[in-house]
Formats: sequence, C-alpha cells, structure tokens
Amino acid sequence: MKNQIQLVLKNKIRDVQGEKIKKNALSFLNIKTGKIKTGKIFNITYDLSKEDIQKFANLGLKDEIIHNVYINSFYKNSFYKSFILVSKLPGVTDDEGISAQKTLNDILDLSLDTNTQHIFTDDIYLIEKQLSDKTLKTLAEKLLGNKLIHHFEYGKFTGKMEYIPEVRIEQDNETEIVDLNVTDDELLKISKNRLLSLNLEEMKAIQSYFLKEKVIENRKKNNLSEKPTDCEMEVLAQTWSEHCKHKEFAATIHYKNLETGEEETIDSLFKTYIRSSTEIIRKRLQDAGNNWLLKIFTDNAGVVKIDEESVFVWKVETHNSPSAIDPYGGAITGILGNNRDPLGTGIGGGKLLFNTNVLCFGPPDYSKELLPGQLHPKRIFEGVRHGIEDGGNKSGIPTVNGSIIFDDRYSGKPLVYCGTGGVMPYKFAGVNSWEKPIDDGDLIIMAGGRVGKDGIHGATFSSAEIDEHSPRSAVQIGSPITQKLLSDFMQEVVNQGLIKCSTDNGAGGLSSSVGELAEISGGAEIHLEKVPLKYANLKPWEIFVSESQERMTFVVEEDKKEALFKIAKEREVELSDIGKFTSTGFIDVRYNNKKVAYLDMDFLHNGVPKKYMKAEWKKPELSEPKLPPNIDYNEILLNLMGSYNICSRENVIRQYDHEVKGKTIIKPLMGKSGKSPQDAAVMRLDFDSFEGIAISNGICPKFGDIDAYEMSAGAFDEAIRQIISVGGKLPDINDKSNRFWTVNDNFCVPDSAFDSGNNPDGKQKLAKLVQMNKALFDMSVFYNIPMTSGKDSMKNDFKAGKIKISIPPTILYSMVAKLSDVRNTITSNFKAEGDLIYLLGETYDELGASEFYKLFDKLGANVPKVRKEDAKRLYEKVIKANGQNLIESCHDISDGGLAVAVCESAIGTEFGVELDLTNFGELSLNAILFSESHSRFVVSINPENRDRFERLLSSDAMFIGKVNLNKKLIVNQSGKKIIELEIEKLREAWDEGLK
Amino acid sequence: MKKVKALIITGYGINCEEEMAAAYRLAGAESKIVHLNDIFLGKSSIHDYDIMNFPGGFSFGDDLGSGKVLSNKMKFKKLKSGKLFFDDIQDFINEGKYILGVCNGFQFLVKMGLLPNVNSDFEQEITLTGNNSGKFEDRWVHIKVNENSETPFLKGIDKIFLPVRHGEGKLIIKNERIKNEIIKKNLNCLTYCDKEGKETSEYPLNPNGSDLNCAGLIDETGQILGLMPHPEAFLSLYNHPNWSQLKRRNPEISEEGEGLKIFRNIVEYVTTPVSQRGRQSAPVFAKAMPGRRRTRRE
Repeated sequence: MKNQIQLVLKNKIRDVQGEKIKKNALSFLNIKTGKIKTGKIFNITYDLSKEDIQKFANLGLKDEIIHNVYINSFYKNSFYKSFILVSKLPGVTDDEGISAQKTLNDILDLSLDTNTQHIFTDDIYLIEKQLSDKTLKTLAEKLLGNKLIHHFEYGKFTGKMEYIPEVRIEQDNETEIVDLNVTDDELLKISKNRLLSLNLEEMKAIQSYFLKEKVIENRKKNNLSEKPTDCEMEVLAQTWSEHCKHKEFAATIHYKNLETGEEETIDSLFKTYIRSSTEIIRKRLQDAGNNWLLKIFTDNAGVVKIDEESVFVWKVETHNSPSAIDPYGGAITGILGNNRDPLGTGIGGGKLLFNTNVLCFGPPDYSKELLPGQLHPKRIFEGVRHGIEDGGNKSGIPTVNGSIIFDDRYSGKPLVYCGTGGVMPYKFAGVNSWEKPIDDGDLIIMAGGRVGKDGIHGATFSSAEIDEHSPRSAVQIGSPITQKLLSDFMQEVVNQGLIKCSTDNGAGGLSSSVGELAEISGGAEIHLEKVPLKYANLKPWEIFVSESQERMTFVVEEDKKEALFKIAKEREVELSDIGKFTSTGFIDVRYNNKKVAYLDMDFLHNGVPKKYMKAEWKKPELSEPKLPPNIDYNEILLNLMGSYNICSRENVIRQYDHEVKGKTIIKPLMGKSGKSPQDAAVMRLDFDSFEGIAISNGICPKFGDIDAYEMSAGAFDEAIRQIISVGGKLPDINDKSNRFWTVNDNFCVPDSAFDSGNNPDGKQKLAKLVQMNKALFDMSVFYNIPMTSGKDSMKNDFKAGKIKISIPPTILYSMVAKLSDVRNTITSNFKAEGDLIYLLGETYDELGASEFYKLFDKLGANVPKVRKEDAKRLYEKVIKANGQNLIESCHDISDGGLAVAVCESAIGTEFGVELDLTNFGELSLNAILFSESHSRFVVSINPENRDRFERLLSSDAMFIGKVNLNKKLIVNQSGKKIIELEIEKLREAWDEGLK
Repeated sequence: MKKVKALIITGYGINCEEEMAAAYRLAGAESKIVHLNDIFLGKSSIHDYDIMNFPGGFSFGDDLGSGKVLSNKMKFKKLKSGKLFFDDIQDFINEGKYILGVCNGFQFLVKMGLLPNVNSDFEQEITLTGNNSGKFEDRWVHIKVNENSETPFLKGIDKIFLPVRHGEGKLIIKNERIKNEIIKKNLNCLTYCDKEGKETSEYPLNPNGSDLNCAGLIDETGQILGLMPHPEAFLSLYNHPNWSQLKRRNPEISEEGEGLKIFRNIVEYVTTPVSQRGRQSAPVFAKAMPGRRRTRRE
C-alpha cells in the first residue's frame, strides 16, 4: 500500500526557490529554463485509510495559505514542458520524511514507528522550456542534486512516479574468515579489495599476530577460527588508520637540510614539537602554581579552566575528503561531528558556545577542464557554505567567525576546517567534568541516530587519496535536529549524574568509540545484534564500523540505567544497551552471542608498526620580480579589494547565524552599516558577567611556497595579533586569574611519503611539514601558548589517472584567549572625524607571495618573517595602550598589506582618510603599501591622547594620517598624490568580488 | 511582592531559550525553561505562569515549513489529563495572561491560528514563509511600532533596532479581507522601516518581503505578540553591531540593550494591579468577549 501526497505553491504565491534555480541554471550552467515551479512529494508506505491520508495531507502537511495539495495524483500543467524529480537514494538521510512521520503520529494520535523510514520525500521541478534529456541530466546532477546521494527522473512529465528508495538487503549475517597466510602481493590485494588502507608492513604485523602460538591457543579456547574474521580486519584497519592513529605524525623521520648539510632524526613530530611544547608550558604553569591546563591531548577535545565554576572545552577538525565528493553532506557532517567532540569530552554534555570555520577552495572562476569525479570549486563552495549554515543555524550554535582562502591547488580537494567551543561546569554531580572514569561492568549505551551502511570506511577513506572509484558509502548527510535533541538530552542528564562519561561516534563508529574507551577499563564486550538499525540485514562488521551520524556512546552504571532510559524516552532520544566494559584485556565483539572479533587490546592499540620516513629540504631558487614601471595605484588598490582572497564575505557571513545565544560581542561584520570586517570574534560567557573570550584563526598557506617555517610562524603570529587587536592580553605564567590561551593546531598536507613513482617530491613535502612543526614549537614556547588539541590530515591529493592535484601544505592555528571584560574590546572600524591614524610595527620589503604580487602573477622571494621578540614588545605596548583606553580602532595587517587594512577600517563608516606615507626611508612604495610583513596594526586614536600614546608606543608607532569626513581615501607621498579614491568605490569593488 | 513568572518553552530544536530566560530575569521576573514534553506529560502546567514564551530556533529543522511540525504538535496533542493542549492555551489566554513568540515562536503562533485570529476561530489566517532573497540572513533591521496597536509589550516604544535571523520570515496574508481587518484593528504592530522610521519594502531594510512590511503582529486582545526580529538578542548595549562607536560618541550611554524594554514592559505591566493599568492595556479581556468562543475543527 502506497500513498502519495504532493504540495505545490498556489499560483498567486511567488515561487522564490524556483526563481533562484532559474537564475542559478543560467549563471552556473548557462541553461535557460524559463519559469520553474517547485513541488514536494511525500511517498507514504504506512498502511493508512483514505480519511487518514486526507487528514494528514490537509492538516499535517499543507500550509493552507500557500499550498495546493494533491493526493494520489499530481499537479499537471501543459505550460511546463519538462520536469526533474530528485529523490534520495536508498539509505540517504531523509529528515523531512522522519519529521512528517512524527507529525502524522501527532495529528492522528497514532504511535507508528518513526525510527525507520516510512515516508520518503522527493523534490519535483516543473520546467517551462522543453529541454533535452542531456540538458535535464546536467541540471539535475550539477545544480539540483548529487548523483552520489540522489536518484533522478526527468523528461516530459507523465503524471506517474514510482520510485521509492526503500533499502533492501539480502540477508547475510555471516562472518567471513580472512586467510592471511599468503604472499605479500596477496596481502596487499586483500588490503586493497577490502578498502582497508593498510600497507604491507601493517598487513604483515597482523599476519604474524595471528600466527603467534599464544594467540592461536587463546582463539581456540574462545571458539574462534585461527584466522582473522572480516570484523577483526575491519577493526584493525579502522584503529590503525592514519585518521585514528596519526601514523605519520608518530613516524621516525630522517630530516636532511641540503642547504646547510644538517641532518637529524626526529622521533615523532607529535611528541617532539606539539606535545613537548605544551608539556614545557604546563611545567612552567605548574611551577608558578597557575595550572589552568586541565586536559591536553588525551580526550576528544582539550580542556582549560575558566574559574572555580566552569571549564572551557574546544576542538577544531577537518572534513576534507567527504566535502570533495558531496560538499553539503561533507560540511554538515563535519560541523556536527565536530560539535560532538566538545560534547563528548570528559563526562560530556557541555553547552556549545560557538562554531568557527576556515575553508580553502579553488577559485570560483576555475576554468580548467574538470577531472572525473572532480566538482567545480564554485559548487563545492556553495555546498560547503550551505552545510555550515544548516549545521550551525539549525543547532542554535552561532558561527562567530571564519575565513575563506582561494588557491588553484584546493580545486581537487577543498579544506573544510570546523571548530566548536563549549563550556562545562567544573563539576557534574560532584565529579570533575573533564574526567573520564570507566570501570569493569559499566554499561555501553549507544545514543542518537540509528546505524546504516552510511559512512562505512570513512576513517580509512579519509586517509586515502580521492579518485573516481572512491567508495560511495563514504557519503553521509548530517541531521542537525537529531543531534540537537541528543545534545539537549545530554545536558539534562549529566547534571543529574546519570552518565558516567561519554564519547562521540565519529570516524570508525562503534569500533573507534568503544575501542578507545575500552583502553580506560581494559576491555569491552559488545553485542552487535542489540544495535538498532535503519534497515535490516547489515553484516556484523558493518554495524561495528558504520559511521552513521549523530551518535554518542555513553558509559553508564547499571543502577542509573532505568532513570536514564526513562528521560530518553520523554525526550525522543533512542538509547540502546549494547554491552559492557570489562578488564579482560580484550575487545570482545559478538553477534547473537557468537564471537565475531576477539582482539588483544594491547595489539590493537600499540601493534601498529612505526613508520620510517625521509625528509629532504632544498631551498627553492626564487627571486624578486621586475614589475612594470608607472603603476596606477588607484587601479591596483581597486583590483586588490575585489580580489578573491581579500574581498567581502558578507554574503556568506549573513547566511550564518552569528549571534544566537545573545553572547556575541564582536561579530564578523560590525560598524555603522554592518560592513566593517573584524579581526577576532569576541563572546561573553554569561549574561551576569562581562568575562569573555576572543577567538581567532591564523592561516597563510601561500607563504609556504617560499618558506614553510615562516608560513607556520606567520600563521601563529596572525592568530595572536588578531586577539591582541581586539584587546586581548598576552599570556602571563604568573597571572592568577586563569587567563588561559589555547590553540588547536590543524595540519593539512599533501601526501608526503616519498615514492619514486607516485610521489617523487615526497621528501621535500615532508621537509616542509617538519619545518612547520619547528615553527609551532618555537612560537608556542616563546609565547607560552599551548596546543590543547589538534588534528592532522595527511593525504590531501586528488587523483584522476596520471593527474594529481595536491594542496599546498597548510596549517591553521585556531586560538582562544580569555578576556577579563568584553566591554574593553576594540573593533577595527574608524570611530570619529579627526582621529589620528598610526601604523604600528615595522614594515619590511616583504612582498613575497603577497596578494599584490599575485595580481602580476609573481611569487617573489622575500617572504614575511616573524620577528617574535619585536612582535612581543609591540604587543605588550598595545596591551598597555588599551589598558589606558588610548586606542579607538585597531585592525591587524595581513592580506593586501597596509593599504588594504586602512580601506577595511574605513569601509562601512561615514568617514574618509588622508594618509602621508613619506617617512618610510628607503622602502619602496610598493612595499609600504602592500608588503605583508607580520605583527603590524593600523590603529586610530583620539587626538586628545596623542602625547600619551606616542610616548608609550615611541618608535613602534608611525603617524600616517587622519580620519576625516571626506569619504575618500587619499594617499600622499613626498607631496605627491598617489591614490585618490571614493571609499564608496572601494566598498563596491570589495563587495562585488565574490558576486 | 510576588515575582512575575515567565515560562520559556523549549525542546524539539528551539534554541533561543537561554537568552529569553535571561531577558525575563534581567527584567525582574522569575523565568523557567520547560521542555514542551514535560507539559504534555503533566509535569508542568502553563497555568502556573503569567507569561508563556515561544523562543526562536529551528524546531524539527524547519522540515515541512518553519514551525509547522511543532505547531501541529501543540494544536493536536493531548495533555496527560486528556485535554487538548491547544484548549489549555486558549484557557491561558482567557485567564488574561500573555504570550510572546519570537521568530520560530512567531511561526508557531501563526500556524496554530493564534495570530492574528481576526475571525476569532483559531484558524490559520496568515503564514510565514521563505524570504524573497531565497536565503537565511542574520542582519539588524529598524522596526517601527504602530502607535495605534494596543499591547503592553510595546508601550513607550516608537522605533526599535533588532537583529532578524531567519530564512522564512515573509508574511503572507490569506486574503484581502483579513488584510483589511489586520489594518483596521491595528494588529500589524511592527513594521520594517528605514533609519528615519519610514516604512519600507526595500531589501534589505525589509529583509524578507512581508505583506504590509510586517515584522510582528498582535491579536485583538493585545495579549499575544509575535515577531520575527529577536528582542532577546539585544539585552545589552554590547550586542549592538556598532556599540563601540556609540560608546565613543556618548561615553555615558546606557549599557542596557533596546530589546530588554519589551520584557521590562510586560513584566512591569503584569506586576501592576489591574485597576492601575493604563490605556496601553488590552481593551477587553477575552473572557468578556462573547465572539471568542473557541471553535475547533471536527
């Protein structure tokens, strides 16, 4: 029995969505569609009476002001000559269908099953023009949907629609045995065919584990085959994946600097640079009696202390590979998955305070031919943006800042960095909130979404290059509403002490979450048949490694179970008791009580062979370019303001809710007309106090083309200077007020493992990674700013046949610093006529990799260098000046240099600016205007404060001009006018860049 | 004196409950956040409160149209006692109590038929649907208060600057007759306007293309207010997108946000004994209105 209900807009109602599609079809695909009418179809497989269907359609689905409803017939109109139907493929998240099921129960007072899919929704588009099937297919696949997740029908509408994406799988609960007693070639074949992403050495390590006498004996005792099961191979592959074990950051690296001849052996980048810098800082804090570092590196997210009442927890992650093949699904699962990190830290259930994101794309005007499987950067951009919008907005978490970077080399694989911060009380029901105690006998409770085939092999997939044969099951779509119910529920029950601790189910699914938690108690026993499924007949191993989203794993004491399940039912959150933690030393996975995996925890977590890698650094031969004489600076500045990496992100920013929760104090765009871009975001923590945090992002991959060390140091400096710019204070080991700073480091690099055939420049790439880490260490210990969490993503290459698009090595430093009073923060826009403008910090002839050189298609050689001692001296002075309220506006200088920073401070205000750039000595005008030297600011001050300010800043400040009411930017040098432009014209160029 | 009690409904994807609760707290009331299901289960009763609030959010992810699924729930679900929740809401109104819906909350009120309810039959008369821009937007807008709209919520406010954060804020009225009734009865209490206070349909000053440039509505009693912009998002001066320049111009500027005024108004009004309430009050209470008997489908 099947019923179909269609909703279409009444003719008098404007079809905004249809208009948007018409416009996009023309601008993206150059297809003229004529008018488009949109509609929604609900396919209902519940057995319902005619009256019930009528009632459901009219009361439950229809909005009577705007809709006409058709029951078991469809809207037809000969005006529309073509149609496209977009349905979901079997197993793809259909939230709207689930919501319709819930409302059906409410309206008819029924209690039908709403945990599995019985209502399937489709979108239908009626198109005025008669278009060829080929054109309709293009429209369907490139604009309306994605063939990885959608089923399309198109042509001339016949008034019939049959397709229902029910999942049907042949029953096959059998566990296979994998024979590893084979040749090396065969071992590699097994790894490849089963999508395990394990290399030969790893396969051999597994081979020899299963040949050990003790293992064989033990397996016999437990009624297991001598040879490994498919489930065991999957668990090992997931646990040993690069994504989970960070094998390259743990590798032994032989590093050789061909320029200086120096050689060294590095035993793990992570231990040597990241962990040790933070340990050094922790020791310093401990020695001073001020240790606010509560948790580092050991949980889903790091934790720092705000005060005796609360702690701050946050994490920044990447979701690159999924975003390359399904941008919307990739980004939304990225942001929702990242939310679950702070949510599943310690006991879990913290309140999520903000999201942040940094995105790296190919340029929207990318014109090279697309490779098989490659999506156009513009499409990736729009899909990812939409995913971040829904992921944040629908969860009620403000997206407070972000950054977008364009470079050709991100056109194969984009980078999607998502960050989330949250606050937990210091204690939940008397227990420190960040701790994760688990004992033998505690229950394993799975919560949230059900398990399907989605996301199988996500962890191993993200560690592999993308190519045209990438597994389709890696695509998932997040469900923000499912997660919202789950996170609200967690917040409620942790306060009652009903959850002992928790973790998220992300990459690797239960295998990863239970596997990692089991390390604490020393083992676990899982019964896979108890895991609720979206549809029947998954294989045991599939259940165990599936990455179906919006799930958490709770650790619950037996006597709390009943109370917990009762509340869960009332909050419409599904819980299942799937096993218990043990101290047997084994991970024991069963299906209908038959063991399907039984692995030694020690081998599982420590058995992966250590990698050995080679890095060689050869300095690239670069030189400064010769530019044409007689540059028209008006034209150059307008071009720069409109360039992709500088222009306004307003259209993107406004589609993110950046102020839900009412705590955002410095938003991404501020000022009189809400157009002035800001440096760091500022939030208050509570409505009853003005204590807050500043959140910043430092990223500048372009400098890595000249010098990876300086790139990494520069990104670190950028993140610090943004926080200083808004009024933050540098860390002070001796400060008693828990004035924390915390960093998430996020490395995204191309394949850096040398292979003479596939990756001939691997050693050079790895050398860059080493240098980036050295800079991280140097900056971190110099400033006493610790890494509390981080992530590395190692294989960011897109491959199609012989062609490979590799990203430039990229590091993002995301920083949060505590502020004592958000009312004293500073915004970047000019405030009053007559205010004096200063340049703070030294400008050098450092145009290498600048946006200015990019206009001439040049790279240059003089990369901006971080001079950290000078920078720190300046920052201390800025902090002092802020302490005396001497600064009215402050904007850090980055892309586009001084000229762009001044324009950005003027845009959106009622003011103009006149500058005199005569006092720069020998420095070229190009360098004065456009050099991107680090650690600099443009500030404006009230003329009343001139003496005090100049005395304080002395030689670190240079007076360069005044704010006026002219509404023009005028730049003079040695009596000559170099630039004269209306601010409005600059704003226009800046606003139009991404349109 | 007994504190005014504000009920803040949450659950199912509502997400502005905390700032709404803070708003009432700052306005001197006692506020409690209650999960809607706890009301259905009889753990909590709306009648224990003076003001019932539906905050913004994305209930059920805006599936089937913003506010639709949750308003169905509220309209058709029974309480544990067997009484329809929707009847309970009508009793709450008949007791002379107050309801505020913001953004998603406004969408529930409209789709349940509580606003504008010019026919007094609690049938849906208007809708809030996709913005003409085709997208969700977070931006601050100027709003003019209709001086003839009688509701304690808006007393003494002439213009207000607030953020809108919605994808479905375009108000469409069912027909001309209802539109005329809304105008005649001055139910269109809030209108998008320019900086000078002049009503406008120009994007982005009017961010969604609403009929009557309408940003908010009251019912005839003035007891129910629904609006798209978020007053609870402007409780402090430091929420204003240009706070730092305002402070430079006027170092003595109040640290309170304009949005708080709406909450202060209603809390103060409810605190005032009925005999001392001024003309801004609702003209007649529902109880006294014979035409206002509830009529239900079926």
